[in-house]
Amino acid sequence: MISARISSLKETKPHEYLIRFAFGGGATVLAGFIAMRFGPGPGGLFLAFPAIFPATATLIEAHEKKRMAKIGHDGTNRGRMAASIDAAGASLGCIGLAGFAVILWLMLPKHNAFLYLVVALAVWVVLSVVLWKVRKSRLFGIRFGMSR
Amino acid sequence: MSEFILRFFVGGLVVSFFAMLGDMLRPKSFAGLFSAAPSIALATLTLTIHKYGRAYAAGEAETMLLGSIAFLLYCALASFLLRRFRPSAFIVSFALLPVWLVISIGSWMIFSGRW
Repeated sequence: MISARISSLKETKPHEYLIRFAFGGGATVLAGFIAMRFGPGPGGLFLAFPAIFPATATLIEAHEKKRMAKIGHDGTNRGRMAASIDAAGASLGCIGLAGFAVILWLMLPKHNAFLYLVVALAVWVVLSVVLWKVRKSRLFGIRFGMSR
Repeated sequence: MSEFILRFFVGGLVVSFFAMLGDMLRPKSFAGLFSAAPSIALATLTLTIHKYGRAYAAGEAETMLLGSIAFLLYCALASFLLRRFRPSAFIVSFALLPVWLVISIGSWMIFSGRW
């Protein structure tokens, strides 16, 4: 069951938000710089740079460890498993990201750019969520399991 | 210079927005989808279309496809290593960045006939 907990935002400290902001800003500047220096080909590769993943995976491990430490347990392994599950989810998101890129590659030259940015974003959401649902469910009798 | 400052702030805001969505959502495998959100692409392409036009942005989107395949392999490898050997998430996620770089640049060189 998918749920949203706004209280989870309190677990992230202000400096952790700043680090992610700097990561995102830095990666966007890098993508722009590479496109200017080497052209749209190499520049486009960096539009799919893993900008959030390293910071997010590190935070997930740290938060899980802290949560387990509060009840007197060592949460190192649990934190690393949680980061592994996040990475498995991200790999499905990457297939959605490829769908996003294909829509823009094919549609941008001839159609309204901002309309197709919205369409491409919708394709990323739908493709990622459908793949996640398929992986969570039983398909052909095989459970493509992600435990959490 | 002002363009890079604008890129930094727009990119930082979009990436932070998707990261916060990922923080709020459960289960973790679902939240993980947001680690692969098109945040840099949204920030960059909006500015690129405005400055260089749609054809240039479409050229970037074409190679973004190769970057996203490299990202998929990066995430799958990170997930496997974390599950199998339980190393630190910090070390794995940063140590594998060269893997993303080699796969994306290598595939671009092959498909563009430079190699």
